[in-house]
Amino acid sequence: MTDSAITNILVCGIGGQGVMTATEILAEAAIAEGHDAKKTEVAGMAQRGGVVTSHLRFGPKVLSPQIAPGTVHVLLGFEAAESLRWSHYLKPGGLALVNDARMVPPVVELGLFSYPDDPIGQMRAAGINTVSFDAATIARDLGDLRLGNTVMLGAIADHLPFAADVLLHCVEARFARKGEAIVDLNRRAFAAGRAAAAQEAVTA
Amino acid sequence: MAAVMSAPARVPQSGRLLLSGNEAVARAVWESGCKVAAAYPGTPSTEILEALSIYPDIYAEWAVNEKVSMEVALGASMMGARAFCAMKHVGLNVAADPLMTLTLTGVVGGMVIAVADDVGMASSQNEQDSRFYARFAHLPVFEPADSQEAYDMVHAAYALSEKHQVPVILRLTARICHVKSVARVGERVAHEPAGFVKNAERWVMVPAHAKRRIPMMFERDAVLREESERSPLNVLEPGSDRRVGFVTSGPAYMHVREAFPDAPVLKLGMSHPLPLDKVKALAGMADTLVVVEEVEPIVENELRTAGFKVHGKDILPKIGELAPEVLTPAIDRLLNNEPPPPAVPAPAVFPRPPTLCASCPHMGIYYTLSQLKNIIVAGDIGCYTLGAGHPWNALDTTICMGAAVTVAHGMDKGRGEVDKNKKILAVMGDSTFMHMGMQGLLDATYNNSNITFLLLDNGTVGMTGGQNTPANGRDIRGNPAPRIDFRKLVEALGVKPERVREVDPYEMPNLFKVIREETKIEEVSVIIAYRPCVLIDEFKAMRAYYVDEDKCTGCSNCLDVGCPAIHVTRREMAVKPSGREVELTFVNIDPIACTGCGMCVKPCAPDAILQPDAPRIVAKLTPI
Repeated sequence: MTDSAITNILVCGIGGQGVMTATEILAEAAIAEGHDAKKTEVAGMAQRGGVVTSHLRFGPKVLSPQIAPGTVHVLLGFEAAESLRWSHYLKPGGLALVNDARMVPPVVELGLFSYPDDPIGQMRAAGINTVSFDAATIARDLGDLRLGNTVMLGAIADHLPFAADVLLHCVEARFARKGEAIVDLNRRAFAAGRAAAAQEAVTA
Repeated sequence: MAAVMSAPARVPQSGRLLLSGNEAVARAVWESGCKVAAAYPGTPSTEILEALSIYPDIYAEWAVNEKVSMEVALGASMMGARAFCAMKHVGLNVAADPLMTLTLTGVVGGMVIAVADDVGMASSQNEQDSRFYARFAHLPVFEPADSQEAYDMVHAAYALSEKHQVPVILRLTARICHVKSVARVGERVAHEPAGFVKNAERWVMVPAHAKRRIPMMFERDAVLREESERSPLNVLEPGSDRRVGFVTSGPAYMHVREAFPDAPVLKLGMSHPLPLDKVKALAGMADTLVVVEEVEPIVENELRTAGFKVHGKDILPKIGELAPEVLTPAIDRLLNNEPPPPAVPAPAVFPRPPTLCASCPHMGIYYTLSQLKNIIVAGDIGCYTLGAGHPWNALDTTICMGAAVTVAHGMDKGRGEVDKNKKILAVMGDSTFMHMGMQGLLDATYNNSNITFLLLDNGTVGMTGGQNTPANGRDIRGNPAPRIDFRKLVEALGVKPERVREVDPYEMPNLFKVIREETKIEEVSVIIAYRPCVLIDEFKAMRAYYVDEDKCTGCSNCLDVGCPAIHVTRREMAVKPSGREVELTFVNIDPIACTGCGMCVKPCAPDAILQPDAPRIVAKLTPI
């Protein structure tokens, strides 16, 4: 199997942000498109505010579930410094889609370590094609912070090797049993995420 | 012929499903007609029993520890029922006692023991390789490489188990348990237990009987070796690049196939006993053999003993997970090839260790312990192990489940002159106490120990995601179950009623006072601190607090509580009246993350932390 046949997506963030769920929905979309897919993460203690990464690989046939550094096509970052932390996983020419939220952990507040001044700027300075947006504000404007996850999925929807609607349908299916109102909210969050990533891609 | 039962609505239908390895194991255990399944939660195995508990027609339980789960499964198997138990790698240490004897009795109903090794140590105190136990106990081992294989191997394991009346170890690793991949699944086939057959020579393992069973175990080894040679799970894959042939198993197989698509490979699905004839066949296909296994060189050493010339851990890492990018440079060096250029280095970013949740009752405990001098704190396994981290640094030891109280007891007995004034404490959670802590407390009371035992009752197994336990009175499916009374329990274990204190961990001043009192008394005291874990239904979020900026003096005492909802807004240098320069740290509270426990209010000297419509704090200044 040649590398080019496999798409590698790395989703990163912090325990509790919904990284694993977002990646699972991406995996469902890939499978709906007829791909083989593997999704993996380190869980366990990570759910206590620690670092979380979720690897998604899909294509005709996926062997190793782990993505090697330097081979990621799209990095979907739920937090600014976490996106920087994993940016070396991107392949040359890869794309970073980053929620610019800064989530500062206790070890930084205690003064033991410092949070980078401008993690997204650092990524751009390293030559990484980085699109950033404020997923939390978009979600809050739609009425519920929890929609941030769907905003993130909207942001990646136009950067997959299949139509955005495939992913949208998987998001809708995920919320179907919560009623049409919730499905509609998520539809709007998805559209807003798409628009934000497109807007930023133009201005970046 | 067995009846085929249909799956109810909540159970995923048969077909192609995106399943984690744990979910795939659960599915196959259910389909196999297993009647009894038991486990104690432990990363990365926890989700197997969680997934099983949604299936009907199967008895599933959270056992209090892994030894118990294995014995429950064995009892069911003796009745002729198919049985299952699951545990993390260190859980098998706890269950090693029944393991070493059930290999002599054997089983009747098929029995599968799933053991999940935390390779890479995401959430464990060591990285032991469970395959050693299979050698120790003369048991066959199956090692799946993805969810489909995990599913298929459970079915194959039940068949092998019943054919040879031997339990089968299903060896998983974190990279099987927590990887989701597509698996094709089927339907449940019921398996009616044959019934218990009394047979003291088989089931009563006194020396005379055990002596007759041991030769049978050795005979079984030979039979299982033949099974391994024939097993379709041990696949010889020819390849066009004969420079290196690989012997590999589990997730390492996928990495080998990814990195060396043209190499000949012997994939070990049944990795114990080893199919030596198949290894011989592989040796004929390649110039050099390399064993790629996680984590110890077990197969490698056995192949050397059998006379094969192999490489393995001489060129590969002895700890942690393998991956294609780990294998490729090692093989390049072996073949004297130029290794690929190193990848782009990782950017330097601050560490983000796991931490306690906002409103976690353990914060009150560790804040208080961090304020006490001249103490030694023996810790244990659970969320509260995080008390060893910042800002508390309030935990001095962690060994294994239940060791806090016994290590503390040994410290008390072993103390010399230099430590005679130290107060020795043990800290343990409710679930760990029931798992393996009760005996240690009994030992401490029986032997007149001088320790203070903090029993942190948060009503759940927190670290693994909030599973039910006897401490919250709900079973695995959420049905009511007897709720343990810890006061009565510790009194029954020999603690004097007046030495049992019950406290609220949110009330830190009182907690401080009680710890001070009990550590002064030279006998076993138990301080039971109850507050529900924030992950369980009993926890009710309260109104968020905020910081009155006009009142905040920048003392940063609140940060010592360690709450992730408190954030620094600015730091500035100031000169005290004494002339000393100090850094002031001003804070706010994230109103979304804060759930209103109020623990940060206590150390706030200027009373700057308030609830939205709480009265301004003037009351305590007003004489009554």
